[in-house]
This record gives sequence, structure tokens and C-alpha cells, in this order.
Amino acid sequence: MKVGRVVGTVVSTISSPAFEGRRLLLCDLLDAAGDPDGSYLICVDTVGSGAGEAVLILDEGNSARQVIGMPTAPIRAVVVGIIDQLVVDGELVLCES
Amino acid sequence: MQLARVTGTLVASVKADGLEGVKFLIVQPLNRERQPQGSPVVAADAVHMAGPGELVYIVGAREAAQALPNTFVPVDHAIVGIVDAVEELSRGEGRESR
Repeated sequence: MKVGRVVGTVVSTISSPAFEGRRLLLCDLLDAAGDPDGSYLICVDTVGSGAGEAVLILDEGNSARQVIGMPTAPIRAVVVGIIDQLVVDGELVLCES
Repeated sequence: MQLARVTGTLVASVKADGLEGVKFLIVQPLNRERQPQGSPVVAADAVHMAGPGELVYIVGAREAAQALPNTFVPVDHAIVGIVDAVEELSRGEGRESR
């Protein structure tokens, strides 16, 4: 799983049926210091996260389909959690409140 | 999933079984600022409506084939949506009620 930060949403009317009614979030991926590492993912939201929040991202299809509850969905990246706190090597990297 | 720009079309009359009727497009993956990132790839058009110039989002790996009618096909990138808008939000904006 990856740590990211929600920076926006993607609006799409024409999409694969599995995406209908789902919120697509634009998420920057974060490095171990909590800073954007320059890469990003478009993720399907499953927890109701919003802009600016640090989130837990799953980027693996089989697990994503399990979370979505659709065995055939062409979905790979999903937001599965909102991060409250992240500690790396004893250092508080993220503290959201 | 990543943003990409459709830059071309590809026609192949001889294809692996199961790929009949699948439209292939050349897409250039983009970074968050919508600038080209990496090499262009050939992606199957799972929405049947994408065309050159359009901003789309693509899915890679095994999930690409899941987007097609026949899901057991040799495809590693697929266009799964056409982007109308990318809204970059400031903190706290656009939060969905829980």
C-alpha cells in the first residue's frame, strides 16, 4: 500500500460502467518524509476522503476489486483509509487532526 | 490509474484471438501538470468513444483486460474513462459527507 495526499478530483461522464457513481481522486504519492515524491495516482474513493487529507492507497487490482465488491471491475487504485498519524524511524511524519 | 492524452490510432488486421473489434489508440501518459511523462503506449479503448486529442484516464496491468468485453485477452493498458475536468482542490474543499 502507498501513502498519498488528495489534491483534487477527476470528473468523467464517459467511463467504463464500473466507474459510474464513484468519486475519482487525484492523489500525490508521498515519500517517507511525508513530501510529494513527484508521482500521482487516480484512485477510486471508498472511504469518503476529501482534499488535503493524507490517505492510504491500495494499488493492486485483485484487492481493489474486493474492496469495491465487483469481481470484474477494471479498477486498480483505491483509497482505503484516511491517515491520522504516520511515524517513521521514531519521527512523526504526518499528524492530521 | 493515470492521466493520458490520446495522440493517435492504431489499426491491426491480424490480432490475437479475442481482440477482434477492440479499438487501439496511442496514448501519452501525463504527469499531474498534464505534461508528457514517459513513453507513449498502445491502449485498448474500453469506452469506445475516445479519440485523438482527448484527455483520458488509463489503467495498466491485468486490470486493463478487465475493462474489455472479453476479459481474458492480451492487453496491458486500457482507456477506462474520458476526463471532463480535473479539479484541483484546496484543503478541506470537496469533502464528501460521511
